[in-house]
Amino acid sequence: MADLTTDFLGIKSPNPFWLASAPPTDKEYNVRRAFEAGWGGVVWKTLGEEGPPVVNVNGPRYGVIYGADRRVLGLNNIELITDRSLEINLEEITRVKKDYPDRALIVSIMVPCEEEAWKAILPRVEATGADGIELNFGCPHGMSERGMGAAVGQVPEYIERVTRWCKQYYSKPVIVKLTPNITDVRKPAAAARRGGADAVSLINTINSITSVNLDTMSPEPSIDGKGTHGGYCGPAVKPIALSMVSEIARAEETAGMPISGIGGITTWRDAAEYITLGCGNVQVCTAAMTYGFKIVQEMISGLSQWMDEKGHTSIDDFMGKAVPNTTDWQYLNLNYVAKAVIDQDACIACGRCYAACEDTSHQAIAMSEDRTFTVIDEECVACNLCVDVCPVEDCITLVQLAPGTVDPRTGKVVEKEYANWTTHPNNPGAVAAE
Amino acid sequence: MNNTFTPGVVPARLGTDELQQNFTDLHAPLSGHEAAVAADRCYFCHDAPCVTACPTDIDIPLFIRQISTGTPEAAATTIFDMNILGGMCARVCPTEDLCEQACVRELAEGKPVEIGRLQRFATDKLMNKGVMPFTRAQATGKKVAVVGAGPAGLSCAHRLAMLGHDVTVYDAMPKAGGLNEYGIAAYKSTGDFAAREVDWLCSIGGIEIKPGFALGNELKIDELVGDFAAVFLAVGLGGVNALGIAGDDKDGVADAVSFIQELRQASDLTTLPVGRNVVVIGGGMTAVDAAVQSKLLGADTVTIAYRRGRDAMSASRYEQDLAASHGVKLLFNVQPKAIHGNGAVAEIELEYTATENGKLTGTGEMIRVLADQVFRAIGQTLATEAGLKLDGRKLAITGAGRTSLAGVWAGGDCAAGGDDLTVTAVAEGRDAAMDIHATLMGSN
Ligand SMILES: Cc1cc2nc3c(=O)[nH]c(=O)nc-3n(C[C@H](O)[C@H](O)[C@H](O)COP(=O)(O)OP(=O)(O)OC[C@H]3O[C@@H](n4cnc5c(N)ncnc54)[C@H](O)[C@@H]3O)c2cc1C
Ligand SMILES: Cc1cc2nc3c(=O)[nH]c(=O)nc-3n(C[C@H](O)[C@H](O)[C@H](O)COP(=O)(O)O)c2cc1C
Ligand code: SF4
Ligand code: SF4
Ligand code: SF4
Repeated sequence: MADLTTDFLGIKSPNPFWLASAPPTDKEYNVRRAFEAGWGGVVWKTLGEEGPPVVNVNGPRYGVIYGADRRVLGLNNIELITDRSLEINLEEITRVKKDYPDRALIVSIMVPCEEEAWKAILPRVEATGADGIELNFGCPHGMSERGMGAAVGQVPEYIERVTRWCKQYYSKPVIVKLTPNITDVRKPAAAARRGGADAVSLINTINSITSVNLDTMSPEPSIDGKGTHGGYCGPAVKPIALSMVSEIARAEETAGMPISGIGGITTWRDAAEYITLGCGNVQVCTAAMTYGFKIVQEMISGLSQWMDEKGHTSIDDFMGKAVPNTTDWQYLNLNYVAKAVIDQDACIACGRCYAACEDTSHQAIAMSEDRTFTVIDEECVACNLCVDVCPVEDCITLVQLAPGTVDPRTGKVVEKEYANWTTHPNNPGAVAAE
Repeated sequence: MNNTFTPGVVPARLGTDELQQNFTDLHAPLSGHEAAVAADRCYFCHDAPCVTACPTDIDIPLFIRQISTGTPEAAATTIFDMNILGGMCARVCPTEDLCEQACVRELAEGKPVEIGRLQRFATDKLMNKGVMPFTRAQATGKKVAVVGAGPAGLSCAHRLAMLGHDVTVYDAMPKAGGLNEYGIAAYKSTGDFAAREVDWLCSIGGIEIKPGFALGNELKIDELVGDFAAVFLAVGLGGVNALGIAGDDKDGVADAVSFIQELRQASDLTTLPVGRNVVVIGGGMTAVDAAVQSKLLGADTVTIAYRRGRDAMSASRYEQDLAASHGVKLLFNVQPKAIHGNGAVAEIELEYTATENGKLTGTGEMIRVLADQVFRAIGQTLATEAGLKLDGRKLAITGAGRTSLAGVWAGGDCAAGGDDLTVTAVAEGRDAAMDIHATLMGSN
């Protein structure tokens, strides 16, 4: 059976599934149960400074976006960092780490952007025996208004500075958690690297308002008639996070930097995808909050089955394997031509492909009187929309036209050679093909 | 050529094609698309009620999620981990009384998640690949005898083999499988699934099946106890209750289980005789199976005569409706009084019943029903007591199947307690194996 053990920055865990810093890792009770359920590691709920802890709202702190059957697709929250005292958290962390030496335990920290604040907390965290720290530069609400969280994460210089302090006053690995509420995620990642960070983790949550109550005219979640933006996470954010991860994995100034992938990971497959884009492990929050700790069992069984089927014996075997295949648009092969093909046996004749293509795409699907749907090769540009909207998996597939055949749409012979936009005659800036 | 109206008990009332059609899967296997849609409905409940309702405690939410995420093989492993006969159980469990009855979506919408069919989808996937997902632990050098190769015996044998013991399974019959092979309705376990399942189960190694060895004939309990470190008895219920009325011995009167057994073993259904007018006496699953299968073989009228009311019937409402939908007539509150006919049965005489002060009594009012075939389906009885203590009419047990004799365990239909269901037999076999293991390894 595949070996799921991971070594991330020298921190070993029995599997790559960690719980992200959030309510699931808020206290000893949760973390012990999470470890018993099989989680490989946890990033403890973000700790704040010594002194009276922050307070949370006493009304709803979550909002949600549903798919069919009330399936949670996106979750929004206005929760702050831990609202329990630093002392209690540190005591609990010490106890838990002692009892679970084989699991990864990372402490998330957010204190003001002042050297003294970091200097004060880091030795105390070090004394817990935890395996490393994660700097929460991502929280987009509440804390950012106090000059912490995303307020730091949006300014690369601050990131660099704080990371440097951490490397100075703390001996174990330092992970910098990035906010997605920024235009170019490579900048904060590079700043973290300059500051000496051992890894980055991403993404934290995305600024969001999930809904508006049309009776009270309040954004939701609504506290006494008022709402505020929160942080968005869950399956809906996975594509955004994957793209950010891939940018860091590809960019020259950040390539090769260890990454802990976060954002919408719900199944083994999501996790495998993050790893192929360069992540050394993954962190999960919303899936655990939706289904409970037990969900890790499916992640473990699914990942090991897939690895066995593919012949991967370790996580390293496929880590980053999709990075070289992630490129810029201009390098995509314009001589690759495909056509949609409908499997008539699988088709249930709902007509969704037709509506989509006829109304909004290329009028490339024909509908007969007896509701047979067929692709018109003369019109099909292989956009994939019909595939995406068809309710039956694999009913419509895109099939490549073999080089040498004529594309009925353009009347041109499909060429075998790779050719992209940079050499295309329509490109005013085209360079001559060699 | 015979037809539905040919008098007497005759074969080939229907043609080959029609018979084949009639005996295909009662619940067709799910296609990939159907499975995806069905699996999507599961809420992944916490401490799920469906699991509590499953006698083998299969982790249903987990296996359904594994189907959802494209790993039905992992789903099958989750199922087999608790129930090595999960393939058969997916086909024969009365899910309407078990997991699916408990499903929260049954409560919410009257439409449970299709747990049984999803279980079949997953188990078929892995079994069709010929993969046995478990391996044996290091050999313990201990030898255990299992008597009876039905679900209880097979489940026990597999678990013991997995734990490193060497298991010899004896069975009186020529084929292993117990009622999976000889009793389950042909439209529930189609083709040679029961036999394939036994082969697959044994592929773990360490299990030797010895057909043609009957306890009481070839085998003696004290010899087994002497030769093996432990003995597990899973002999089922080999006897059948008699009607005890006049005419019970006429031609055309038979045990429902024998009829079903013949049907299950027939290689050509057109050779199997069935009456034009069939009456089945009883109220359980066996009665329903015999009645429905008579109808599917081409009988003209089939009647189930049960001595109490509908609610007391042990066949589930679903099974009753299944019978009714096949055109079987359900007669309630009637008890057999006499069987009439000249040599062969021609009519059965029934008396109406009433329940007074909890006691069933005849009202004196009689009816006669035309019958050229009468099946007794009024319960099976223990036929192999092996000198052990009884609890009622079954082997007395304590804990996980310990009998009155040290070193001898029992489970399945032959042991007291538990429903007489395939899945219950599997659970009892598995649990006895764990207890035997603990005892042999000295941790008990
Ligand atoms: C007609 C019929 C239909 C049924 N349908 C269903 C159904 O749809 N769903 C469901 O859940 N349950 C059903 N049941 C019940 C289910 O089949 C039994 O509960 C289950 O098979 C019990 O398993 P077992 O291993 O205890 O016994 P069995 O399956 O009866 O196996 C006992 C084995 O022991 C062998 N044996 C007996 N005596 C001896 C001896 N002296 N020496 C050696 N070997 C011996 C037998 O040959 C047999 O192989 C049905 C039962 C019948 C009769
Ligand atoms: C209620 C809630 C509280 C969170 N609190 C923190 C926190 O204290 N520190 C932190 O770094 N991230 C926090 N997060 C962000 C998560 O750790 C994670 O980055 C994000 O939810 C994306 O992952 P997901 O899609 O798996 O939920 C929180 C998320 C939620 C939903
Ligand atoms: S989830 Fe628990 S704490 Fe939250 S509102 Fe419901 S009962 Fe209250
Ligand atoms: S969307 Fe899919 S199922 Fe519906 S008509 Fe088109 S091909 Fe058929
Ligand atoms: S009760 Fe129904 S919905 Fe809940 S876990 Fe079981 S099958 Fe799924």
